[in-house]
Amino acid sequence: MAEVYEDVIDSSRRGLFNWKELWRNQELFYFFTWRDIKIKYKQTVLGFLWAVLQPLLMMLIFTLFLGRALNLPDQTLPYPVYVFSGLIIWNIFSTGLTNAANSMVNNALIIKKIYFPRLIIPVSSILVAVFDFLMAFVLFALVLVYYQQPVSINALVYWPASLLTSIMATLGLGCWLAALNVKYRDFRYVIPFLVQVLFFLTPIIYPASLIDYPYLQYVLAASPMYAAVEFFRFPLTSVMANPTLVYISLSANALLLLIGVVYFRRTEDYFADLA
Amino acid sequence: MQPILEIQNVSKRFRISHQTGGYLSLRERMVNALKFEKSSIEDFWALDNVSFTVSPGESIGIIGRNGAGKSTLLKVLSKITPPTKGKIISRGRIASLLEVGTGFHPELTGRENIFFNGSLLGMKRKEIESKFDEIVDFSGVEKFLDTPLKHYSSGMQLRLAFAVAAFLEPEILIIDEVLAVGDAEFQKKCIGKMEDVSRSGRTILFVSHQLGLVNELCQKAILLESGRLLQQGKTPDVVDHYTQLYNTDNTFAKALVDEAKPYSIKRIRSLNANYAPASNFAHDESVVLEVVFFARQLLRNTHIMVSVNNKIGQRIFSTDLPLEQMRVFTDAENRVSVTIPRATLTPGNYSFFIALHCPNTAGYDVLDRVCPIAVYDNGSEFVQYENRWFYGDVFVNCKWDYKSDKDALEQ
Repeated sequence: MAEVYEDVIDSSRRGLFNWKELWRNQELFYFFTWRDIKIKYKQTVLGFLWAVLQPLLMMLIFTLFLGRALNLPDQTLPYPVYVFSGLIIWNIFSTGLTNAANSMVNNALIIKKIYFPRLIIPVSSILVAVFDFLMAFVLFALVLVYYQQPVSINALVYWPASLLTSIMATLGLGCWLAALNVKYRDFRYVIPFLVQVLFFLTPIIYPASLIDYPYLQYVLAASPMYAAVEFFRFPLTSVMANPTLVYISLSANALLLLIGVVYFRRTEDYFADLA
Repeated sequence: MQPILEIQNVSKRFRISHQTGGYLSLRERMVNALKFEKSSIEDFWALDNVSFTVSPGESIGIIGRNGAGKSTLLKVLSKITPPTKGKIISRGRIASLLEVGTGFHPELTGRENIFFNGSLLGMKRKEIESKFDEIVDFSGVEKFLDTPLKHYSSGMQLRLAFAVAAFLEPEILIIDEVLAVGDAEFQKKCIGKMEDVSRSGRTILFVSHQLGLVNELCQKAILLESGRLLQQGKTPDVVDHYTQLYNTDNTFAKALVDEAKPYSIKRIRSLNANYAPASNFAHDESVVLEVVFFARQLLRNTHIMVSVNNKIGQRIFSTDLPLEQMRVFTDAENRVSVTIPRATLTPGNYSFFIALHCPNTAGYDVLDRVCPIAVYDNGSEFVQYENRWFYGDVFVNCKWDYKSDKDALEQ
């Protein structure tokens, strides 16, 4: 026998994560993501184009209605570029969070019948959102060219950092909500509301500078996506937000990730009994 | 040799809350927290201190009634749900088939489903690619490989699902009654495949209600009852124990004897070959029916007839005896027994018709559909059709002859 491994299920000892097991199942991350992407665009005429069209249409709507009405003070960025840059990174969070939070319930039938590390499910559903982001990013590049928007070379650092931060934010909250959703289906109704509230609390369609009260700014920076959005826009504006605000956001992000993943792990074993 | 699977004192508790419906809602949680009284939660032990070991290459059948804990045991062994107490050590790759076609998605094509399902079952992508043609061949759906699964017939979906599972190569295979579906021809294919797996030296744990199949596929069996392990050992012994356990008293007895009748039946019961009361019989066991009747007066040309009814109440065959052939005493209990030879009744449920009568003239005492018995398959040649194809109520030893046109030419 090439590989003999001993597997022990012990009711009295349970670790945090079995990394070896996650590594062994790496292909499942791929297959779950692949399946979700396939299903998402099955029987659609436009297919993957929807991933690009959604933020584009949103950008047009916000530009037409909000861009004029807000009467924004001195902008370093053209408003469409400002909105689009915020939207595509935000969409990782909003789509990813919604997918992840419902993922365990949606895959309940599989969970009840077969074992694999459960973390694969919410992670894969977030990777679907990352895939959409990459598609939309192509369009984003075209928008940048159209508006002749200069991009600083530090984008090579800040854009990946932004992507990573938004994945972390989505994963933490996503895992937490996914686990809670298995236990209490109430959360199904909380999620769209939560996403909507955070959307308005995060500077996506308006700049944070619009808010006059400095204290309120600190509160808003606690949005886990605040830092990601700032990172993503930095190579375009070369204006970094108040570092304190960024640190607050990153801390909130890390804390949520810890809470979410630990809570998920602690309830994971019982998903099959509850789902 | 080290056992491939060790189950040590495994228990599994489920909490049954009497207040909530299916799942908890947050409101109920909050309301409960405010209440002083504790909500009534009842513990239910689906598995209670179960221990056994499995050696490499063994096929083990797990039997027991509904709710005995068979499925819970499989779920715990497949890591789907953790044990509340105890420890399980496994030394090999486990694949569990608690259902076929887990994760099949109607929108995906046959090809895509093979890959996703295979991966879920623990196959590597390269493994699936290398076995792809064989899987497709086994399933017989190659024409529809790129059609979404939602356009498949249910039979095709099932064949595809089983085909993927059939090419798993784990060291330990856990199967839960997945074979109880599909048409007869396909079933045969599946059972053949399972026999191959067990012959190739892999370990199988198999849950089934089909005792014949367990008998055929597994050398050893364990019997569960209310979450406890009642017996383990050689399959025929365990199956025997199981059927004895649920031998119910099917004695039909009349408390009052009708004085007006010349003959009245007092008691009927079924016995096994050793004349011990029984209601479950192996197909290769003889069934003895004992009738006790009371005779007030002796009338000429009186017969006793016993007929066997099948499960829908149709009469299958009868046997008739003129009472002149035996000594019958008046004002006494007369005992008569009739033996149905072994391997007569096919697996299923039967009941009896008993009459003390004067042929075509009078029925002195007639009882129908009494004394129900069950016959189970103990490894007959028809075991592959069990629960899938109704092949009749009785076994008949027939003679086959064969001849070909070519025989004449060769002579």
